[in-house]
Amino acid sequence: MAKRATRESYGAALVEYGSNPNIVVLDADLSKSTKTDMFKKTYPERFINMGIAEANMMCVAAGLAASGKIAFASTFAMFAAGRAFEQVRNSIGYTHLNVKIGATHAGISVGEDGASHQCLEDIALMRSIPGMVVINPADDREAMAAVKAAIDYEGPVYMRFGRLAVDDVNGDDYKFEIGKGVQLKDGKDATIVATGLMVEMALKAADMLKAEGIDARVVNIHTIKPIDEDIIIKAAKETGAIVTAEEHYVMGGLGSAVTEVVCANAPVPVKIIGTDRFGKSGKPAELFEEYGLTPENIVKQVKAAIAMK
Amino acid sequence: MNEKRVTELSVIANKVRKNALTAVYNAASGHPGGSLSIADVLTLLYFEVMNVDPKNPKMEDRDRFVLSKGHTAPALYGVLAERGFIPVEDVATFRHIDSYLQGHPDMNKVPGVEMSTGSLGQGVSVAGGMALAAKLDNKDYRVYSILGDGELEEGQVWEQAMFAAHYKLDNLTIFIDNNGLQIDGDITKVMNPTPIDEKFKAFGWNVIVTEAHDFNKLLDAVNSAKATKGKPTAIIMKSVKGKNVSFMENNPAWHGAAPKKEEYEQAISELDDIIKGLEANL
Repeated sequence: MAKRATRESYGAALVEYGSNPNIVVLDADLSKSTKTDMFKKTYPERFINMGIAEANMMCVAAGLAASGKIAFASTFAMFAAGRAFEQVRNSIGYTHLNVKIGATHAGISVGEDGASHQCLEDIALMRSIPGMVVINPADDREAMAAVKAAIDYEGPVYMRFGRLAVDDVNGDDYKFEIGKGVQLKDGKDATIVATGLMVEMALKAADMLKAEGIDARVVNIHTIKPIDEDIIIKAAKETGAIVTAEEHYVMGGLGSAVTEVVCANAPVPVKIIGTDRFGKSGKPAELFEEYGLTPENIVKQVKAAIAMK
Repeated sequence: MNEKRVTELSVIANKVRKNALTAVYNAASGHPGGSLSIADVLTLLYFEVMNVDPKNPKMEDRDRFVLSKGHTAPALYGVLAERGFIPVEDVATFRHIDSYLQGHPDMNKVPGVEMSTGSLGQGVSVAGGMALAAKLDNKDYRVYSILGDGELEEGQVWEQAMFAAHYKLDNLTIFIDNNGLQIDGDITKVMNPTPIDEKFKAFGWNVIVTEAHDFNKLLDAVNSAKATKGKPTAIIMKSVKGKNVSFMENNPAWHGAAPKKEEYEQAISELDDIIKGLEANL
């Protein structure tokens, strides 16, 4: 399948699974970017433009959910998780209402827009809300499946989508389940645990490591919360070293989540790959290079983790 | 409403005030001032206006109420108790560990509470979402919300004001508890939100300015809101913070302070006297 950004998958999934009359999609004047305009074209009566007012949008979504709707609230990750954090925390999280947050343009792969729009803290923020499901899909198939699963799940879900077109990492027979990690490649020397667009890089890194005689396992964690503890504990016990990779700040995200599981259950070295500072303008590929979000850095960190065994 | 009904509602409202003070006194914390100022409008809503059923709090197509000024939960619990949603004696457990009556309303714990509130500005947006849901489903239930006048300093209130007017949510009625006081003092000195009426008018709302402690005027305002098509209604109620407790009236010190034993007993005795006087006319 051709490359597709997960924000496109989001829009397509809303159309594909949006026939349920209880689904209402809200957007804050970004429907062309978040791709909710696809839903708007198909189901205009159930699309509500909220204007540039994210705080109100989150609470209106909560009110719709409290009235029996499945409310999708869409905007950029920066404004969904950042600007409207407290609305999400109190009116959606604390209430455990059936709101699905479709957050697009996450991470530095936003590129040219620069640091103000490159949300690198949303996983940490959303993970800190009790009962919030946090999903960061790796490819088109997974993103579509995540939207479907979110519709079927009762309760708040944060979905993190990207602007950059990504390759498929999952096959035709892929089955998505909230909270279940996916082992994409077996290995015995170390495990690369990745999420989002870093999964593709993890697979490349594993190939590079193989050429050097290192047998790395690759695990895709699409659901950062609730995290699949079993797959992580198993990886720690069987491979003895872990490297995590995410397009997110190194604190509070996937790396933290994995470390919490590993430390409490099967302590082994864990190296965390992520960003350590604000982003900046540039092409996504240039930014990945500058911030160390590359297969080469994964290879380097895998070797460092193995050396600590 | 005839005089008898007004007297009956006044009795209930003062029982709601007693419940609110009993809650705050036994918790040794909470917000009495703003609870006393909204006791009348809550009584009107729950006993005269809203289609709700204490035996079936989730009844389909019921009217909805959201207390956007969630810190005045003692008044909400007080009216829910009088209306039969919760036992009256439970209000004394307010804010206690293991009580379902949290410091701010929790929709998942208290029958009749439609939304968890407490963080100002959010409840009124949620009420807007409920009103929108009714429109999408072609239902004719109505949504009510009470905001503090200090709460209008939250920017989100004005996001909501734009939204409700834009989507013509004429099934939404909000009450502004205009007692003129917030924690740090006079609202016009802390951060002046006036003119409140002109602001809502400018945002495209139907605006009614009335008295918070006059049941007939309040009911007229609610009926006018119901009759208004194509616009949400904001009812700005001139109210007295600490209403009906002599030493609490118009004193911002009672925004978030609990009465001591003697103060509590005096307040209850004052309210009992008012109730006795009213009941003599029934």
